[in-house]
Amino acid sequence: MKNTFLGYRRRDGKVGVRNHVAILPLDDLSNAAATAVGHLIQGTLPLPHPYGRLQFGRDLRLFFDTMIGTGRNPNIAAVVVIGIEPNWTRKVAEAITETGKPVAWFAIERSGDLATIEKASRKAKEFVQAAGEIRREEVPLSELVVSIKCGESDTTSGLAANPIVGRVVERLLAAGGTVIFGETTELTGGEDIVAARMKTPEARARFQKVFDDYARLIETEGADLLGSQPTQGNIIGGLTTIEEKALGNIQKIGRARVDGVLAKAEAVPGRGLWFMDSSSAAAEAVTLYAAGGAVIHLFPTGQGNIIGNPVIPVIKLSGNPLTVSTMSEHIDVDVTGILALTKTLDQAADDLQDMLIRTADGRPASAEVLGHKEFVLTRLFESA
Amino acid sequence: MPHRFLIHEPGDSVGVAVADIKAGESVTGTFLHDHSPSVAVTARRDIPLGHKIALAAVAAQGPVVKYGVVIGDATADIAPGDHVHVHNLKSRRWAK
Repeated sequence: MKNTFLGYRRRDGKVGVRNHVAILPLDDLSNAAATAVGHLIQGTLPLPHPYGRLQFGRDLRLFFDTMIGTGRNPNIAAVVVIGIEPNWTRKVAEAITETGKPVAWFAIERSGDLATIEKASRKAKEFVQAAGEIRREEVPLSELVVSIKCGESDTTSGLAANPIVGRVVERLLAAGGTVIFGETTELTGGEDIVAARMKTPEARARFQKVFDDYARLIETEGADLLGSQPTQGNIIGGLTTIEEKALGNIQKIGRARVDGVLAKAEAVPGRGLWFMDSSSAAAEAVTLYAAGGAVIHLFPTGQGNIIGNPVIPVIKLSGNPLTVSTMSEHIDVDVTGILALTKTLDQAADDLQDMLIRTADGRPASAEVLGHKEFVLTRLFESA
Repeated sequence: MPHRFLIHEPGDSVGVAVADIKAGESVTGTFLHDHSPSVAVTARRDIPLGHKIALAAVAAQGPVVKYGVVIGDATADIAPGDHVHVHNLKSRRWAK
């Protein structure tokens, strides 16, 4: 099995598998200008989103961490930041600049959309042409940061797709690689198993706090998670209880032990397996993992979740023969052979590892080809 | 495909159908990890692909085990071959 991939080495030493020039609007008001630059300058990646005004406190910090982390992602070669006012725009741009990648920022106040679009487009053109001259180089698997999260799970996820991801995660970690997982809500029922996998008492305490805080939120809101978890899609697929769903979910980390716990969008601090406190909504979770530094994502699905991300390729695998036959354009790796007993978990893990490396090398994932660019920011509470 | 369901761990109360099973059919299943030995059961209800089939009797209020772990309690008596789902199995979490 190949244990290297062709990546883009960035100035901060990190390695990307895509070479985007991002046009990052700081706020909702700047989406129009950012999108206009995207239309004018081919080869740019506008990242529109609905937030960035009057946020405060923990919610504002998470917003900045997500914006800055996204800009710093090694899959992005250069960034143009556009905001309505200069202060927050400059703050985000300067934090991204610390990686050494080219960054420019523009504020719309005192210029208007049209002049801003022209200035930003000229800069974006320069960045696209410079990015085109960056070459891929052969890099060991230990330099790859992979995130994992499943969606529209069913019992086939627990039988096939998730344990196969677990095998690949074990191999990546054995090779010295880095893996991010999360889904605080969906671990409920299996949280004690994850807590027992933490390598240190500090990590275990931090995990327990994340989990307890979430349980308290559910209680405070008077919510009955049993009403929403498992989801209707899960139930149609045969999953009955949240415990069953959680046990299927944690097959994704195999028998691996966890190095530490990250806050939402926190930059992954080193190699190994990291739990990030994160939503179980697919687009929100993958957006947070990309902000934390993941450059490629493995996404097992049962009933057929179709999520993608603008910054990182999302590779889908499914063990459900109905999903693979009715939604084939979304599935990168068919692991139905597990249910048919025509493949062992290790053989299917070989298939997935092969696709992981081919996708890292440049093969577009199905979600990329189909234009899935779900960039969805997590909010903690409403704006002022 | 002779097997119609898979079992995660020895001792599990349920297997998972890997093809649709019709009521009255006698079907065999096998263990996911080592593909052996086979277990036979007669389905008492239709069991769609991906749904759970009872391998052992579980009395109402008794624990249902999958992955070697309790995934909830039975809300009605479950007999071998029954379809096990939201009508006869309930989570232990946040139970009010």
